[in-house]
Amino acid sequence: MNRETMTAMLHDMLLARAFEERAAEEYSKGNIAGFLHLYPGEEAVAVGVLHACGPADYIVSTYREHVHALVRGIPANLIMAELFGKRDGCCHGMGGSMHLFDKSRRFMGGYAIVGETYPVATGIAYAIAMRELPEAVICFFGDGAVNQGTFHESLNMAALWHLPVLFVCENNHYQIGTEIHRHSAVAEVHKRACGYHIPARKIDGMDVLSVHQACSEALEQIHADNGPQFLEFETYRFRGHSMADPGSYRPRVEVQAFEKEDPITLAIRETLPV
Amino acid sequence: MSENVYYWHALNRALDEELAADDRVFVLGEDVGLYGGSYRVTEGLYAKYGEWRLRDTPISEGSFTGLGVGAALLGMRPVVEIMTINFALLALDAIINMAAKIPFMSGGQFPMPLVVRMPGGVARQLAAQHSQRLEQTLMNVPGLRIAVPATPQDAWWQLRQAIRSDEPVILLEHELLYFSKGALDTRAEAPPMHRARVHRQGRDLTIITYSRMLDLSLSAARQLAQKGIEAEVIDLRSLRPVDWATCKQSVDRTHRLLVVEEDSRFAGAGAEIVAGLSERCFFELDAPPDRVAAREMPIPFNATLEAASIPRPSDIVRAAENLCGIRSKQNPAKPAST
Ligand SMILES: Cc1ncc(C[n+]2csc(CCOP(=O)(O)OP(=O)(O)O)c2C)c(N)n1
Ligand SMILES: [Mg+2]
Repeated sequence: MNRETMTAMLHDMLLARAFEERAAEEYSKGNIAGFLHLYPGEEAVAVGVLHACGPADYIVSTYREHVHALVRGIPANLIMAELFGKRDGCCHGMGGSMHLFDKSRRFMGGYAIVGETYPVATGIAYAIAMRELPEAVICFFGDGAVNQGTFHESLNMAALWHLPVLFVCENNHYQIGTEIHRHSAVAEVHKRACGYHIPARKIDGMDVLSVHQACSEALEQIHADNGPQFLEFETYRFRGHSMADPGSYRPRVEVQAFEKEDPITLAIRETLPV
Repeated sequence: MSENVYYWHALNRALDEELAADDRVFVLGEDVGLYGGSYRVTEGLYAKYGEWRLRDTPISEGSFTGLGVGAALLGMRPVVEIMTINFALLALDAIINMAAKIPFMSGGQFPMPLVVRMPGGVARQLAAQHSQRLEQTLMNVPGLRIAVPATPQDAWWQLRQAIRSDEPVILLEHELLYFSKGALDTRAEAPPMHRARVHRQGRDLTIITYSRMLDLSLSAARQLAQKGIEAEVIDLRSLRPVDWATCKQSVDRTHRLLVVEEDSRFAGAGAEIVAGLSERCFFELDAPPDRVAAREMPIPFNATLEAASIPRPSDIVRAAENLCGIRSKQNPAKPAST
């Protein structure tokens, strides 16, 4: 890993944290309305993944996607304007927080129905494969989303037709207030991909370097025409599910333990000389 | 120059034409490839265009329809076949939450050149789960276009127009029409996809209908003519948008409106047509508009009950006579209020 990439990643993580904290502030002031799902705690995932992929790759994301959009290069002011519902937002105020799109950056949307990202990403990958282009699709989803039927349907098709999709699970252990052991019979998410013979790994999602490396390797496999790949990143959200959620269902000790593993503190330690 | 062809064959030729003309077009669905389609619509195309353009899918309606949406985001022109409309309930998220909304939510960045074809309607003793009509569900969705071809000529025109459209189009095909024949002139110039068509002219009342009910309405109109009632019969061809101008022109002249639909009456397509024309022609109407529709019940398996649960030509004749004041206002075929 060269120093330049590391500094760029640290920069993006700090920008991401600042952007989200500012969004929260504006929400509290009443300047942003509706649902607002924030990303603090999970920055290493978006930053590591998006720095590993190239400008020709496509991104499909969820409703918790401000940071994915930001790291992909949509200017912060266009995203913030969209959260405010303004005409000069990246979707002219028609989409809002959960539906950011930018065609020119191949940012193919934020989807707010849990489980929609799989078929959309698989369809983009189908179009790529049909034309034999050297491109890939990154498909983001949460740990809660793996129990949706489209997960199984789409992984099956992606594997069956050998499509260039990288499935990225942001496992923050919670589906709103339901902890993963209470929503999944098999809590090791990556193991589910084995049912479709999709190579899958579990990675520490708090360490941006591990994320970046795992994602680069997976994309190499995809670009070598080896079909879809699956990565599970273990992470944690420091805030509630959305601004409406006080997060009372999580034990304090659990939150505090994860706060000690702040991905930004870790990245600073790894990037800057002591 | 016109030929006499099956409805399925007109659709088959439309697909062939568009697959040949544009390599962004591809077809996907259950058994559309090697098998040739459950109603023969894709027959012969797999051998000609190969598996990437005639893609046999697993039974995953929700995801392969969503796959079509994803491919359309990249500028492809997917034609999704839902084996029958009954299974489209599993694909409604892709149709309603994705296809109809992405062009809007993205602030106009992404057009949606997606076609979803679905055979539907009441066929012959397929029972309640396989006799669905979902037009009312889909009509209520801004962002969709809905074409309902009733003839081989319209099947040919509207499928080709749907594939060339940058908006998502749902093609509701009727299972009992696939093996009916009609004229096809491949050279004739197509009217706009949503333009309604006057199939029969008349001065006494306007019958507005669509899909398979066109045949029944025309047969009822012939019986009415023998009784001295001249019905004008209009095929809507499109349920969203509706060609109000053609309908209004007719109702303003006949002053009487009867809507015939195979779907159930409550909150159905007919309700929208009656409301829309009441707003537009209120002072021209000589009688309250009426509807002949399916009964408010799941479709029974028993053949006699099945036939009685959807409109028959005799129901249309009776309703038309009532509307023209020839019989008493009491209509025994009408269901109790819902
Ligand atoms: C189909 C569907 N069901 C329910 C919801 C409501 N909902 C929104 S987010 C969410 C939890 C998703 O959890 P996860 O996939 O782990 O993502 P996270 O929010 O943790 O990032 C739920 C239940 C929804 N948006 N869509
Ligand atoms: Mg989660």
